[in-house]
Amino acid sequence: MSLKGFHIFFITISTALALGLGFSCVWAAQTDDAPIYRNTAIFSFIAAALLVVYGFWFYRKMKRLRIIT
Amino acid sequence: MEIPYTVTARPDTGLWNAKVGIWLFLASEVMLFGGLFSAYVFLRLDAEPGAWPHGLLNVPVGTMNTAILIASSVTVVMAWASLKMRKFRAYWWYMLVTILCGVIFLGVKLVYEWPQKFDHFGAFIKKDALEKYEPYLGNHHLAEKGLPQRTEISGHLHNKEALNDPNVKEYEIALDPVNADPTNPNMDRPHFLYVPPTDKIATIEKEDVEYANMFLPKHSAYFASYFTITGLHGAHVLGGVIIFTYLWLPVGTKLYKRNPEHLANRVEVAGLFWHFVDLVWIFVFPLFYLL
Repeated sequence: MSLKGFHIFFITISTALALGLGFSCVWAAQTDDAPIYRNTAIFSFIAAALLVVYGFWFYRKMKRLRIIT
Repeated sequence: MEIPYTVTARPDTGLWNAKVGIWLFLASEVMLFGGLFSAYVFLRLDAEPGAWPHGLLNVPVGTMNTAILIASSVTVVMAWASLKMRKFRAYWWYMLVTILCGVIFLGVKLVYEWPQKFDHFGAFIKKDALEKYEPYLGNHHLAEKGLPQRTEISGHLHNKEALNDPNVKEYEIALDPVNADPTNPNMDRPHFLYVPPTDKIATIEKEDVEYANMFLPKHSAYFASYFTITGLHGAHVLGGVIIFTYLWLPVGTKLYKRNPEHLANRVEVAGLFWHFVDLVWIFVFPLFYLL
């Protein structure tokens, strides 16, 4: 596997982590009303969305740059 | 004598030497970290209810460190892609950012996170003395709610000589909030943020203590696992930073001028190692900080 393939795999796992952190904070916020949980959940979901956007951008860019196979 | 297949791939395998080498190395690393993670999971599953520490790590700081490592994996790929496109200046900058991310990660670990643990103290109370320290443990309150009982009183140790001097019969502890106000419902679950010890001092007699120590590896199976795994991971991050610095220094420039594809291959191999190190952290973070 090339660095490109491993990077896409890594970004996928990172997105899963960000979503997991977000959902765990939503779950924690239901029993504890501290703003830190809400803020971390929002941060995590935004991070997950950015990672998905970046992942697709990276994939397309690597496909376009045919020097990187 | 020139070593073959450092730049071009072997016709029969389609791979160049270093790529085969790095994947064999990463396979051995998977077994190393896999063994340690398995040990941690089984220790955790086998722990008495309520005995496994929770909420001792600072989640926002851990999240920031995770974001730094993810960002560094992006910059290292960009550095490699820049070399492939023969944009050496861009490579130089991306590599510099990658090195800085690694240094910041290590700095946070060694200057902030670990020293905070070294300065913290915990005393496990003997079963027959739990009632005596009920004002600090709040076990009646926990029993009413059906929660596991507390046996540890923790905080900042005022008389550190008590650790080694048998003539000192008591520990004087500036209590953590959980022991300063144990019946507060907010203390029923671990805190997300690190909460510093309070000004409330408790005196714990040594004869009532089953076991006491600073938050060092010998404190508990939790801290032994935490320091082993994060320490080993930190050593890998340091290794990656050293490799990247070597490739970023004039050595890399010389190699680029001689054969840019050779430098690109070296950066790719180092980048694969760096991605593996980052991937390990992606498992360390939820396992230690969140679960």
